[in-house]
Amino acid sequence: MSQHQPLNRRVITPPFLVLGVLFLIAVYYLGVRFVNGMGFVTNLNGGYAWGLWVVYDIVIGTALACGGYALAVVVYVANKGKYHPLLRPALLASLLGYALGGIGAFIDMGRWWQFYNILLPWHMNFNAVMLEVGLCVAAYILVLFIEFSPVVLERFGARNLRQKLNKVLFFFIALGVLLPTMHQSSLGSMLIAMGHKVHPLWQTLYLQPLLAVLTAFTMGFAVVVFEASLSSVGFGRPAETPLLSGLGKAIVGLIAVYLVFRLGEVVVQGKLGLLFAGDLGSLLFLLETALFIYPLVVLLSPAARCNSRLLLWSAVSMLFAGSLYRLNAFLITYNPGPGYSYFPSVPEIMVTVGLVALEVMVFLYVVKRFPVLHREERR
Amino acid sequence: MKRRDFLKASVGGAAAVLTGGRVEARPNLEPAPNAVGMLYDAALCVGCKACVSKCKAVNGMAPVIEGDWYSWDSARDLSKDTLNVIKVYRDGEAQVKDRVVNGFAFEKRSCMHCVDPGCISVCPVTALRKDPQTGIVSYHADACIGCRTCMTGCPYNVPQFDYNNPFGEIHKCQMCNQPGVERIDKGQITGCAEACPTGATLFGTRTALLEEARRRMSLKPGESYSYPRGDVRHPDSRYAREAPAYQQHIWGEKEAGGTNVLHISAIPFDKLGMPPLGERSHASISETVQHTIYSYMALPAVVLGGLTYVVRRNMNDDEGDES
Repeated sequence: MSQHQPLNRRVITPPFLVLGVLFLIAVYYLGVRFVNGMGFVTNLNGGYAWGLWVVYDIVIGTALACGGYALAVVVYVANKGKYHPLLRPALLASLLGYALGGIGAFIDMGRWWQFYNILLPWHMNFNAVMLEVGLCVAAYILVLFIEFSPVVLERFGARNLRQKLNKVLFFFIALGVLLPTMHQSSLGSMLIAMGHKVHPLWQTLYLQPLLAVLTAFTMGFAVVVFEASLSSVGFGRPAETPLLSGLGKAIVGLIAVYLVFRLGEVVVQGKLGLLFAGDLGSLLFLLETALFIYPLVVLLSPAARCNSRLLLWSAVSMLFAGSLYRLNAFLITYNPGPGYSYFPSVPEIMVTVGLVALEVMVFLYVVKRFPVLHREERR
Repeated sequence: MKRRDFLKASVGGAAAVLTGGRVEARPNLEPAPNAVGMLYDAALCVGCKACVSKCKAVNGMAPVIEGDWYSWDSARDLSKDTLNVIKVYRDGEAQVKDRVVNGFAFEKRSCMHCVDPGCISVCPVTALRKDPQTGIVSYHADACIGCRTCMTGCPYNVPQFDYNNPFGEIHKCQMCNQPGVERIDKGQITGCAEACPTGATLFGTRTALLEEARRRMSLKPGESYSYPRGDVRHPDSRYAREAPAYQQHIWGEKEAGGTNVLHISAIPFDKLGMPPLGERSHASISETVQHTIYSYMALPAVVLGGLTYVVRRNMNDDEGDES
């Protein structure tokens, strides 16, 4: 007997309909994008080749989708089986988040009808970080689907197939830990080749892959804590606070390591002066760092780790910290040179909003109809 | 493998990534043996934009019209219709040419045909290629997926995507040698160098252009010099003119591994909007990091092996506690 069960509630609710309208608005603008061209929908230009779609949908969106990755490491590598109840919803959120990243990459691709060139060995450029990101993200979406497929098979009672899958699942779980480590670090490496266009406080060259993977991991944990606390509020389920407080400890360690490298680089490379320049770059750096320090300070206290409200606030702070780190590096402080500026257009924003709405709609549908959430336990 | 060993191995791998990268760093690439390029002398440029118009004639591109001004091409920057543009530096009353304060100056912007091009390094599908002989950086739309990473990887913002076309492509200067034009293969010179009335844009081999630039560096301000037009190796014509006070800086001799299109000027290059570049190309740093982590896929393979072992063991521990 499975320990998971569908919520079995109505799917079509007023919030669901609002999300549906947002999605339809995005569909309209996507129609314009594919019929007339990207310039009719976005504010992209010769200096800012990447805007909201790349930086939110892919760079930030996939990091927000690292919950499955972070929990897989805890459950299967560090062997903490007690976190199992959190795994299925985290995997679902990861699958949807990465799918959003894949869709985002496709709609942003200027020559989308040739996308398969990246899969053809004679076209591949093994020097390019983008090749690693493209192939690895595509592979990980498949792996996430396989990791999540026991839920689908369980729903349709395909017991035979499920047993067969269980025998090889360990390999896909291992891949599901390796692949995000690879492409999340590469997302950071992409900044290296952008050279002087990346603000010196974010251009850390050799440290880029490490900082990117550490923040992805932090955001993965944060999103698990966030979703679990929120679904206990939203669906009125018993709080998972005892489980989450354990994750809080791991988060403290991760942020500490991250800050040592992040601030150490600034000091060693003699960039301390930039911190107090009083310009936009320095203010954003201080804000970003404060958002990382807040959860570190709060979660150091064992009492705070058991307080679901403080846990939720810490998670929110970390999500903003990690997102802002990427947004700052890729977009806000990114400076291609004189004569260029960028702020996303309304249609551009509506496409991203609509795709996130779709992601939330699918999440709601799946948890209500498939055995994703853990059976409520009386504690 | 015990979990502790695995963690140790992971940390060791990470350390190798962080430190080993510098040991076997990939150096900057070297210039192609018969590299061709151009020398742009900002002090000779009079801003007539004959090069802009000739470039459009050769490459079949429409002029950029701004308002009711039809007399000349009003392109302000590179775009899908402009592979070569003349920009202006202006300060205060802009009275004297090549003076920083209250002066003005011209600057040409077009593909620099880098020796170690960022665009080529970052393109996932090899849509940008460098000719092994001439060093010309060319674009191949049949390979391109339109991800525009080349635009982010170019220090000069040269590659331009045609956003207003549902089937757009990247546009950049290919030194008038793309299929259908092939001026260099036919023994001709680039359109812009051919059209330039003052020899501000010269064509030639990188070696010959570098020699010419060094000769100009050694001129005393006011000294008469016989300036060539067209191809530096066998000029169409020459004219005598007083040398300006050149900045002792040949842009592209060393910047980010060097470029085949060289610039010299009488005012500092940062005033002309050139980017702050060191000698090491960011492409070489990026590739060093990438090839250290993914050398023969050894590190990922080892990590995957370790992970597979650990996960399998831990799943067996949880027997009965199904996912």
